[in-house]
Amino acid sequence: MNALFSMSRKDVITFVLFAAVVLLMPIWLQPFGAAYPDLMQKFAIFGILAIGFNVLFGLTGYLSFGHAAFLGVGSYTAVWTFKLFSMNPIPALILAVVISGIFALAIGFVSLRRSGIYFSILTLAFAQMSYNLAYSVLTPITNGETGLQLTLDDPRIVDSAFGGVNDGSLPVSNLFGLVDMSGISGFYFCAVFLIIGFFITQRIFASPFGMMLRAIKSNQTRMNYTGFNTRPYTLTAFVISGMFAGLAGGLMAVTDPLAGAERMQWTASGEIVLMTILGGVGTLIGPVVGAWLIKYFENIFSSFNESVLHNLFSFLPDNVESFVVSVTSMFVGEGWHLTLGLIFVLVVTFLPGGMMEGFRRIGSLFNRDGGDKAKPDEPAPAPAPAE
Amino acid sequence: MSERKDGPSRRKVLKGAAAGLVTAGVAPTILTSSAFGQEYRNKPMGDTVTLGFNVPQTGSYADEGADELRAFQLAVEHLNGEGDGGMLNTMQPKSLGGNGVLGKKVAYVTGDTQTKSDAARASAKRMIEKDGALMISGGSSSGVAVAVQGLCQEMGTIFMAGLTHSNDTTGKDKRRYGFRHFFNAYMSGAALGPVLGQEYGTDRRAYHLTADYTWGWTQEESMRNATEALGWQTAETVKTPVGAGDFSQYITPVLNSGADVLILNHYGRDMVNSLTQAIQFGLRDKQVNGKDFQIVVPLFSRLMAQGAGENIKGILGSANWNWSLQDAGSQAFVKSFGAKYGFPPSMAAHTCYVQTLLYADACERAGTFYPPEVIKALEGWDFDGMGNGPTHYRAADHQCFKDVLVVRGNENPTSQFDLLNVVQQTPRAQVEYDPAIFGGDLGPYEVS
Repeated sequence: MNALFSMSRKDVITFVLFAAVVLLMPIWLQPFGAAYPDLMQKFAIFGILAIGFNVLFGLTGYLSFGHAAFLGVGSYTAVWTFKLFSMNPIPALILAVVISGIFALAIGFVSLRRSGIYFSILTLAFAQMSYNLAYSVLTPITNGETGLQLTLDDPRIVDSAFGGVNDGSLPVSNLFGLVDMSGISGFYFCAVFLIIGFFITQRIFASPFGMMLRAIKSNQTRMNYTGFNTRPYTLTAFVISGMFAGLAGGLMAVTDPLAGAERMQWTASGEIVLMTILGGVGTLIGPVVGAWLIKYFENIFSSFNESVLHNLFSFLPDNVESFVVSVTSMFVGEGWHLTLGLIFVLVVTFLPGGMMEGFRRIGSLFNRDGGDKAKPDEPAPAPAPAE
Repeated sequence: MSERKDGPSRRKVLKGAAAGLVTAGVAPTILTSSAFGQEYRNKPMGDTVTLGFNVPQTGSYADEGADELRAFQLAVEHLNGEGDGGMLNTMQPKSLGGNGVLGKKVAYVTGDTQTKSDAARASAKRMIEKDGALMISGGSSSGVAVAVQGLCQEMGTIFMAGLTHSNDTTGKDKRRYGFRHFFNAYMSGAALGPVLGQEYGTDRRAYHLTADYTWGWTQEESMRNATEALGWQTAETVKTPVGAGDFSQYITPVLNSGADVLILNHYGRDMVNSLTQAIQFGLRDKQVNGKDFQIVVPLFSRLMAQGAGENIKGILGSANWNWSLQDAGSQAFVKSFGAKYGFPPSMAAHTCYVQTLLYADACERAGTFYPPEVIKALEGWDFDGMGNGPTHYRAADHQCFKDVLVVRGNENPTSQFDLLNVVQQTPRAQVEYDPAIFGGDLGPYEVS
């Protein structure tokens, strides 16, 4: 109970603003054409994934290239829980987090014996192994390439015990039969988890544990020389971030009960790294911003086709218009990867701290003359009197 | 006191947040009341009706996807009364007037499935939730088709499957809201089997290389059943990952297996690669068990033939449709497609074009866009003039029944598109089957 009040004022404000931004998505995303349930669910889910990844990469500097494996494990666990027990998302999510945590413990136990590039390669290797297992070897469990789906004749022991009616249609996941997990309510369900996840990372960042992780990032050798065993700390961070990924995977299954092997592919792992770097490694909000940006590009930019562009540029003279359309059409539609790549190159070259560094620079630009006023904010958190 | 100036007070922030929460709580009711207040999802209110075309624009099946998109655009033109009308002139019976559908102009949105279930579902959801698409069509992979079909059932949006050949699409994974015009693996086996018996005899050993997903599995099963009924033996069946690129590690063991026929259950670029490599390894020049080694590609398309070039010559397979067919419907379609794009359409393009027209026609006949009524209009529908002779949309599994083509790679092509010879037009009666053999359940008409 004390947790909220022992937070610094700055953290409280960040948290409240973050919660407001997330919950108000259906409104402020409207002008961007992104305020539809599926994309907002993805925003929330990949936000969870990115902040979890940031606990590992941002704090300890260990770059895991296999995080998608935990996402996949979470999804498969959740879908199997739906199939075997109940369409209620709560047990599915608990199991998804627990199983992916165990999975992360096993992979982390081996991988964390090395650091730097060797650690990255080890995690990549494990993730690729999991992908191939899911894709072909474990086909009876994962249904291979086709993906694991619900069927009408699933046992669903708990649901049928409580007199679930089979009306011939596939059930959707729901909270005790009250709220369906598809559509806008599904988004709010995910958003709540994103906010809780954000709160947890905030606490980790501010805790002595977080300080320890930062120390590992800055100089692990020195830590070891002082007689400090860093392994349990890195392993804990790895498991935590694996559980976050498992939660995200579980939520993906909750909002859309399907699990496919391609969720575990190395490209999916790379996407998580991209999100974090694009937004800003080691910052609280950066990874979430990165995740939103990438998902926005993937879903909205890829849907622009030539007729949309023609409408957009219809104010131009005809021959100029067709020229502009033919140039821009390379960057939208199936070319959205190209646009994303360009943005990534620009951000990494000019803003090594990611989008968050860009925001900070813009902020300081406006605050240059009023900088003195902003200063007193810094020491203020220290006393942090309780209400 | 100076603390007050440096930023919003906690009280102010909390108040703002509370106000925000209230707005957020109200917002969904505003949104839902505008979106779901009517009797069904995405009921067209203006003077246009939006269709969603979800095709692979990247990945192994991108060539098929691009051709499907061309066909969709052509179909929309014809429905709106632009161009020469194509199959609207040959379709029988026909309720469409070339003035849109039910008086509404047809508009469309597109999406990229990436040949991945997740991406395809996300793209379909965007078209349904954001763009207001009333029908989803397209797809060039059965895995994707099954995934999107399941989604469409949940959403209450009709799915007119594009190129999907797995038995599961209208078998174990069939859905009330999903329809397939394309033929399936069972029909390929039933049509191809007798021809294989005539050409290669009844004493053969077959080796299967199979794409490792729903389509490959059912294709392999159907081909095994068809060939073993002839008296063939199956030496081995090996699954290969989709998009493998290099198949040499799978082809080398074929030589030592004692098999004398290689059946490639591959499609798209996978088939182009595996066939090219099999030929490079000299399989077709071999003599095994005193017989010439043969390669069979059960599902054949002109786009793949184009990719495989010389290697395709003389190889037997089956197809849903080929542009060289001489009936009036095929001719009309080839003519308007060729006039617009400068080359003949593939069978993927054909099935997508026909599906779009059939959906529009069903809406016109039902007199409404209300999905359950449109579904009833499509179920059990008999039509002709769409390229495959008299065709029946079976109500029990939403599968079309029509003649199936057995084709062979052309030895002496007269043009770069003249790549397939039609060996036999297998009559519909020979490829029909009992819907019960694949199981599955269509589900309800009305979904919440």
